[in-house]
Amino acid sequence: MNIRYLMAASALAMIAAAPLSAKTFVYCSEGSPEGFDAAPYTSGTTFDASGHAIYNRLVQFKPGTTEIEPALAESWDVSEDGLEYTFHLRPGVKFHSNDQFTPTRDFNADDVIFSFQRQGDPNHPWHQYNPGITYEYYSSMEMAKLIESIEKVDDNTVKFTLTAPEAPFLANVAMPFLSIVSQEYADTLDAAGTREGLNNNPIGTGPFRFVAYQKDAVIRYERNDDYWGEAPKIDQLVFAITPDASVRLQKLQAGECHLMPYPSPADIETIRNDPNLKLDEQPGLNVGYLAYNTTVAPFDDVRVRKALNMAIDKQAIVDAVFQGDAEVAKNPIPPTMWGYNDAVEDDAYDPEAAKALLEEAGVSGLNMQIWAMPVQRPYMPNARRTAELMQSDFSKIGVNAEIVSYEWGEYLEKSMEPGREGAVILGWTGDNGDPDNFLSVLLSCASAEDGGANRAFWCNEEFSDLLAKAKASTDTEERTKLYEEAQVIFKDQAPWATIAHSTQYVPMRSNVTGFVQSPLGDYTFEGVDITE
Amino acid sequence: MIRFILSKLLYLVPTFIGITIVAFGFIRLLPGDPVLLMAGERGVSPERYAVIAEQLGFDKPVWQQYLTYLGNLLQGDLGNSLVTKRPVMDEFMALFPATVELAVVAIILATLIGVPVGVLAAIKRGSWFDQISMTGALVGFSMPIFWWGLLLIIFFSGYLGWTPVSGRISLMYYFPDVTGFMLIDSLLSGEKGAFTSAVSHLILPSVVLATIPLAVIARQTRSAMLEVMGEDYVRTARAKGLKPSRVIGIHALRNAMIPVITTIGLQVGVLMAGAILTETIFSWPGIGKWMIDSISRRDYPVVQSGLLLIALIVMVVNLLVDLTYGLINPRIRHK
Repeated sequence: MNIRYLMAASALAMIAAAPLSAKTFVYCSEGSPEGFDAAPYTSGTTFDASGHAIYNRLVQFKPGTTEIEPALAESWDVSEDGLEYTFHLRPGVKFHSNDQFTPTRDFNADDVIFSFQRQGDPNHPWHQYNPGITYEYYSSMEMAKLIESIEKVDDNTVKFTLTAPEAPFLANVAMPFLSIVSQEYADTLDAAGTREGLNNNPIGTGPFRFVAYQKDAVIRYERNDDYWGEAPKIDQLVFAITPDASVRLQKLQAGECHLMPYPSPADIETIRNDPNLKLDEQPGLNVGYLAYNTTVAPFDDVRVRKALNMAIDKQAIVDAVFQGDAEVAKNPIPPTMWGYNDAVEDDAYDPEAAKALLEEAGVSGLNMQIWAMPVQRPYMPNARRTAELMQSDFSKIGVNAEIVSYEWGEYLEKSMEPGREGAVILGWTGDNGDPDNFLSVLLSCASAEDGGANRAFWCNEEFSDLLAKAKASTDTEERTKLYEEAQVIFKDQAPWATIAHSTQYVPMRSNVTGFVQSPLGDYTFEGVDITE
Repeated sequence: MIRFILSKLLYLVPTFIGITIVAFGFIRLLPGDPVLLMAGERGVSPERYAVIAEQLGFDKPVWQQYLTYLGNLLQGDLGNSLVTKRPVMDEFMALFPATVELAVVAIILATLIGVPVGVLAAIKRGSWFDQISMTGALVGFSMPIFWWGLLLIIFFSGYLGWTPVSGRISLMYYFPDVTGFMLIDSLLSGEKGAFTSAVSHLILPSVVLATIPLAVIARQTRSAMLEVMGEDYVRTARAKGLKPSRVIGIHALRNAMIPVITTIGLQVGVLMAGAILTETIFSWPGIGKWMIDSISRRDYPVVQSGLLLIALIVMVVNLLVDLTYGLINPRIRHK
């Protein structure tokens, strides 16, 4: 069934039961949301379906960038010492209505305080509104430790006091887990004894109003006519959940949906050649890497790590594994991010020099493991193939590599064990566009401790000090300098082989306009339209 | 007959307890851990891990967790999903009708085609029909479901444009669930074209899901028929001058059906396994895909209770199959 037929038929159907009006935008999403309260969850799929479609934050990322712009807060002031953030809230913002709830007041400071405190305060009556609920982002970004107090100055002013200056604070506030929910709706649910409604039947201020979710099948939204921002141009937004990438493409080609995420790299050519489709491409805010265990011999010797890095033909990996749709990585942060140090020289591919360096380090007949992750990620479409290419590269310098892999859950667990043997293929996609979100999370001394994400267990005091200094400063120019310096140390010490920054592709029907790709990999549909 | 049913029901009790142990133990034997999977690439500190584990009850010894689980089960509480936090029973009930609808259509399809093909192949043993259909059955039985499903989508939905690619009904139809069975709900909705749309969405997935059972049923029917056709009573029936259609239809087929019905009953288990792949390819919102997602997220309550529910259904279906023997074969009924 093609879309024209669907639209004509839906016009007919409107007369009968008014189910769909003329402009219905269908997004073939790749998975089911875990719920519609964005706070307890961590997956992008959930954020697209909840945080981005239904809710707003105090501030937001300007479409297509990681710059912060006003959202529910019209403006904000930061105190000299960087400890006080005063947000001036937008007046006249209306929450959605549903069959259980019609708001009697506009959005105000109470909603902001409620949205933060229910996550941060273990004694808050809504902290455990679903048994076993946890707030992973709030806790892993250490928001509770960071925020000393939140104070209502008046209905339209909220003051946050921090325990220490934190430059990425605004970027954190723009993330979906800090979506603003309605305190009044929570009260209504409480009175009705249906608290799980906060997660199943969401109310927000966002561009689309939640209509219905049929588990694992379809999510339906309609336009929020009272939206404070520019009103969406489509009337209905539908997520058709389609887990398989090839099937998504078939649906797109058949006109059963307008736009899809995550095409498989092998299908890019087909999409380019289909006259009914177009392809939006953008460098992704990600990095794929191979992390050595820098605490275990002989990988504790920087010369060994450097030698292995020089032995890897990264361009060959980009060509074979990413089908050319990626950029060879030299830094741990992607080039589209501010603070990227382009002056850093990558260790050039040079097996001869690598061999010599290995000899100099007194290492011969080295046996090692390369860990290949079992799942596909935008930063690493095929870790097994990547590992095979590295294996053959290493054999050229006399290093015998064995490829090992575990099921994903086990992979995550075992790769965190401090005495781990072998080098691990993994990667990262940015949450909020701040360099700290890469460098501190993945490479700081703190992250090398138990349970952190630093799979190289690399702890360099000088590097970590630079990060701490940068985090405490609100001067972007100064921060940029500090991060540039940190990248020089990183390259010099080589805890990882940086592999690639992949390109993000969004295939869509040719008649779709106004879709702006987010560098953070979010899918938002406020601005989309369908032309005839 | 009542004693027969009661004795069969009695078997269910130890089986039930066995399944709870297997279901509970199986998912915990898999390496990997739900808390770490939730944290993903980011990792989780030991303090934070302890807090979450305590909230989820994982800090207690495993035997204690099992007893709690069993106790809750006996009170009808299947637990809540770790991921969605919703009751497992609610999720199951939301998804189960979709699987049943697909499985019923598939088994009907497999039986309606498989039995006549098997009978014909047996009667015309050694003919070109026999050879082609039995080769076809072998191919069907060995078919990799995922590949087969994609192939059909690419050809019928992509190239020919005859069938929709995936889903249960066209997105232009939106009506509330009444029974959860799309064929029924689309009729109840009274919306023009809804039923046709639901049928067209069922065609490819049910063909894919029916493929393996169809092959098995056809082969089983053929061999059962061949065996029965050599029996004395068939020779007698022929000798007394009955029409061949009556000999085959009444005397042979009825006796040959006993192993075939067992096979069909056993296929319910196969269908549940096939549903996992079929549902994933066709974005069919059923329990197969739900189980797979839950296993990969180590969503313990969903996996253990979901497995239990599926096992119960297979058990009940097999019981019903046992009972139908009685209807067909008086010897079993009167034992």
